[in-house]
Amino acid sequence: MEGSVGYDNDLNLRATELRLGLPGTEPVSIVRSNKRSLQQVADDDCGVNGCKSDDQNETAPPPPKAQIVGWPPIRSYRKNNIQTKKNESEGGGIYVKVSMDGAPYLRKIDLKIYSGYPELLQAIENMLKFTIGEYSEREGYKGSDYAPTYEDKDGDWMLVGDVPWEMFITSCKRLRIMKGSEARGLGCGV
Amino acid sequence: MEPSELKRSKDSPNLDESTRRLSFPDEVLERVLSLLKSHRDRSSVSLVCKDWYNAERWSRTHVFIGNCYSVSPEIVARRFPKIRSVTLKGKPRFSDFNLVPENWGADIHAWLVVFAAKYPFLEELRLKRMAISDESLEFLAVSFPNFKALSLLSCDGFSTNGLAAIATHCKNLTELDIQENGIDDKGGSWLSCFPESFTSLEVLNFANLSSDINFDALERLVGRCKSMRVLKLNRSVSLEQLQRLLVNAPQLAELGTGSFSEELTFRQCVELESALSNCKNMHTLSGLWDAKGIYLPALYPVCTHLTFLNLSYAALRSDELAKLLAHCPRLKRLWVLDTVEDKGLEAVGMNCPLLEELRVFPADLFDEEIIHGVTEAGFVAVSFGCPRLHYVLYFCCQMTNAAVATIVQNCPDFTHFRLCIMNPGQPDHITNEPMDEAFGAVVKTCTKLQRLSVSGRLTDLTFEYIGRYAKNLETLSVAFAGSSDWGMQCVMGGCSKLRKLEIRDCPFGNAALLSGLEKYESMRSLWMSACNVTMNGCRLLAREMPRLNVEVMKEDGSDDSQADKVYVYRSIAGPRRDAPPSVLTL
Repeated sequence: MEGSVGYDNDLNLRATELRLGLPGTEPVSIVRSNKRSLQQVADDDCGVNGCKSDDQNETAPPPPKAQIVGWPPIRSYRKNNIQTKKNESEGGGIYVKVSMDGAPYLRKIDLKIYSGYPELLQAIENMLKFTIGEYSEREGYKGSDYAPTYEDKDGDWMLVGDVPWEMFITSCKRLRIMKGSEARGLGCGV
Repeated sequence: MEPSELKRSKDSPNLDESTRRLSFPDEVLERVLSLLKSHRDRSSVSLVCKDWYNAERWSRTHVFIGNCYSVSPEIVARRFPKIRSVTLKGKPRFSDFNLVPENWGADIHAWLVVFAAKYPFLEELRLKRMAISDESLEFLAVSFPNFKALSLLSCDGFSTNGLAAIATHCKNLTELDIQENGIDDKGGSWLSCFPESFTSLEVLNFANLSSDINFDALERLVGRCKSMRVLKLNRSVSLEQLQRLLVNAPQLAELGTGSFSEELTFRQCVELESALSNCKNMHTLSGLWDAKGIYLPALYPVCTHLTFLNLSYAALRSDELAKLLAHCPRLKRLWVLDTVEDKGLEAVGMNCPLLEELRVFPADLFDEEIIHGVTEAGFVAVSFGCPRLHYVLYFCCQMTNAAVATIVQNCPDFTHFRLCIMNPGQPDHITNEPMDEAFGAVVKTCTKLQRLSVSGRLTDLTFEYIGRYAKNLETLSVAFAGSSDWGMQCVMGGCSKLRKLEIRDCPFGNAALLSGLEKYESMRSLWMSACNVTMNGCRLLAREMPRLNVEVMKEDGSDDSQADKVYVYRSIAGPRRDAPPSVLTL
């Protein structure tokens, strides 16, 4: 029986690997990062020291991730079909003033933190201590004296809920909770 | 009556076998055996005696073949004359990760030809990692008049034309399940091939396909198939179209939505929510591509009864997941992307006490700038809240030994523990030690462990632990681990129930390979790639064990003496005759 070949990280991996580097990146063999950790272990007497030398190494930027065939072990179908969402909250919130007829002062809310109309309306109800009625496309908000409205980019006063949410939060400049006869006029026979 | 009881009475020492033989009419025995479903039970039954072997083979209607090359279709047909349902698996699992050459084999056609002759009343075919061409699909569609169920998982070689043939010809089709395959998607017209008179479909899964289908045809199909219980749409189906489908199919038990991101008006949101709330039987939800948090509330009515939620194609943030899970108290299985981060997993622990299975998949694999993903903290949080957890697949960027010890202390019932620390050979990120103690804790504590995938920096100690403690282990996956032959020897010597072993990029050589000599015949297969095994070692194995097929896949430009990829499996069909030139059978 042939004696087993001594394990040599370098030869073994390089000989058998097909590397797929991203254009522009240098194909860094995974061997290198293995060796780094191996050296750290060799250099350490105990785990505590290891952390220290680890910290020192951390100041240098990590090498580009090696592109190893078939790693991590995920089916190609899944790899091809995942689209990550762009980080949406990079710009900060969309703050708009909220006024309510008869209230002495205004409030401000961040439209970005709500996931849709139901949440937004719930939040305004809680904030201003009143209830909005049931929404229907035909009749607006039934069942209460209040109607939530907003001023859009064109300066028009619109009933909250008629347009898709995404469109709403990008076009809403300010909110106003209308009360009384003015509110009842909205949404009926329009 | 249990088969074992029958055996006892038959073999009672007081009976003289020749005169007092308990003669059991074959029909009765067959009737009893026909109630046995598990193929392992049936295997045991067939080993009792010749009568039982025959009774079993005549009563078996479903055959499961875990490795298509372990047996030939002729042998199967000879032994089991009455098969109506076949499950076949082909390529080694690492073919999913592009480690197996394109033309390796596992073609279904030879099987179909034999089945057409011997099993004309075949009803079900379930294939995993097989190569299947459009011609084969057409042949299938016209050869079996009673054909009912086709399920293809991780297969390749066919196009939507093959699906068109199935839709056109299979008049009794109840199930068409096309999952995660390498399909040549030539367009969505195949769906329109179901005749207007066709009403039997119960399961339709075309989530894998990307082309637009004719929505009117789909709407009519769903409308007339009143028994449909599983519907998994592809990304091209919009939210508005989904609502229209659901209105006509409130009986659905499993739903895979299409794209979950188009702009809806308030009214449309309400209508969608209403349609979903009418689906009282729904227990499984998937799809949700591009899901935007703002539309998830439409799902709330369905969430109360959900047991399986697959969000692995929806890149949700932690807060979005948390809000959704607050409505899912009965969840047993959850698949997510690591975009939910540790915070999202904390929400899992807090909201889903009945959770049994968790899979966390990585989202962005190549983006260097964004630090994201999950760590040990998320896994630990889940383990505190979900004591029933027994199946986990976890892709993470860092892990510690202490965390894993805590996790298995909280959840000692793991049967499947698949941990993938994505940077190969990475140690415990706090102590910088190897992850040996982590997997040691797993195998010591989780006595029911059947499947284990290891990762991180591992020495032979990990494998000593596995060999010593993992007595119920059946499947082991190893990558970039171990220090010497001794590691693999421990596993081969200790894991008596091992059936599948797959190893890549480890320092295991011929001594390790040959230490399993006695063992490979009791296993389904062994895979070793980028290890230290040589051609001579493989030849020796092949010589000593004639009932094993020892196959070596050579790569271009590699050393002649190195065995780059080795695949060893038991077979009663002998060496295969359809191997491509790159695969050498020794």
